[in-house]
Amino acid sequence: MSDSVNHSRRSFLEKSAVVGAVTIAPGILLHQVASAKPDDKAVSDSVRWGMLINTSNCEQGCTDCIDACNTEHGLVGNDRPQSDTQYIRKVTLRDKMTGHELALPLMCQHCETAPCVDVCPTGASFKRKDGIALVDKHICIGCRYCMMACPFKARSFVHEEVKNQTLSSPRGKGTVESCTLCVHRVDKDQIPACVEACGKGKHDAMMFGDLNDPNSEISKELEKHGGKQIRADLQLNTAVRYQGL
Amino acid sequence: MIYRFLRITFILAGLALLFPVTGSAETPLPIIHEPEGEGVKCVEPEDVMRRDHMNFILHQRDETMHEGIRTSKYSLAECIDCHVQPDEKGHIASVDDKEHFCNACHEYAAVTIDCFECHADRPQKFIDRGGQSASLQNELHPMPSANEDKGDELK
Repeated sequence: MSDSVNHSRRSFLEKSAVVGAVTIAPGILLHQVASAKPDDKAVSDSVRWGMLINTSNCEQGCTDCIDACNTEHGLVGNDRPQSDTQYIRKVTLRDKMTGHELALPLMCQHCETAPCVDVCPTGASFKRKDGIALVDKHICIGCRYCMMACPFKARSFVHEEVKNQTLSSPRGKGTVESCTLCVHRVDKDQIPACVEACGKGKHDAMMFGDLNDPNSEISKELEKHGGKQIRADLQLNTAVRYQGL
Repeated sequence: MIYRFLRITFILAGLALLFPVTGSAETPLPIIHEPEGEGVKCVEPEDVMRRDHMNFILHQRDETMHEGIRTSKYSLAECIDCHVQPDEKGHIASVDDKEHFCNACHEYAAVTIDCFECHADRPQKFIDRGGQSASLQNELHPMPSANEDKGDELK
């Protein structure tokens, strides 16, 4: 997490949020109200979006998050699992000693110091101020350096022509893509489709929120129970953390 | 004298032949489908849009992509929503057709655009995804088999 958080500003925002919430509906705290971003305002680095995944709640074989992701982004496969786009992969970890297996969804980890951004020759691979790593497909030349650089195998290359894309996820042949943390939803104060689907399926294995806000649900949970980074040795400060590894 | 007469005759005959030929060889102007409905206006006057639409879209594209500014005034999706509508027979032109709002002019002006290699060329409500409209996306058929990555070991 960034150390450059302005604490006086934060406490002001917290107070405003409480006042706002009480004014709207006494007794009911609307978390969304405090962080609502008007359409014409740019994102700021006062927030850092992140995700916490509790692997002990993640069932093996369940693909609710993947299904929701495919639907949300219009990811249609061509029956070629080796090259079809996937934003989320279900990875099975097996302890070689005990044989114990656990499944977890693995997607772009939205690293603070992202290798994909470092290696991009055109600046297409970039990070928004709120910590979301994206590909600007307008300037992506499809060199796939970022795919090589990503330690999580999170990015896919679009090999084939795409038609009838969704409004929120323009995608086309010759560019690289990966999980956008549902940036189009986040900008509208909604949670990513995978997190929503996981909650709807009563699995509650995924949590989304602002890592910069110590009072957010995700920060409190991380403070209380912790959350590991995958490949923490690379010191990428990932925004997606895992419990139960 | 006779030569002058012949010359004038030839010139007149030539002109008579020439006129119908040039008339039919003229390149027809593109047919552009205007959005229907009373009081429906574009976000800028027609002459401004004709000259500067690419700049508006380009500017909006960078702001949305990098800064998360999601105003709709100059968004490509808004252009498509208004200008790409079904014809009398209910047919929606694809971007490869001459009838498509964007392609009608771009083909005429020999300008190749690649917006629609990534963006949808028609409003979302006219996109058929497995028999269901885009508004029913949550019910869409997924592709789970392609995403299982069994046996991958990170530890």
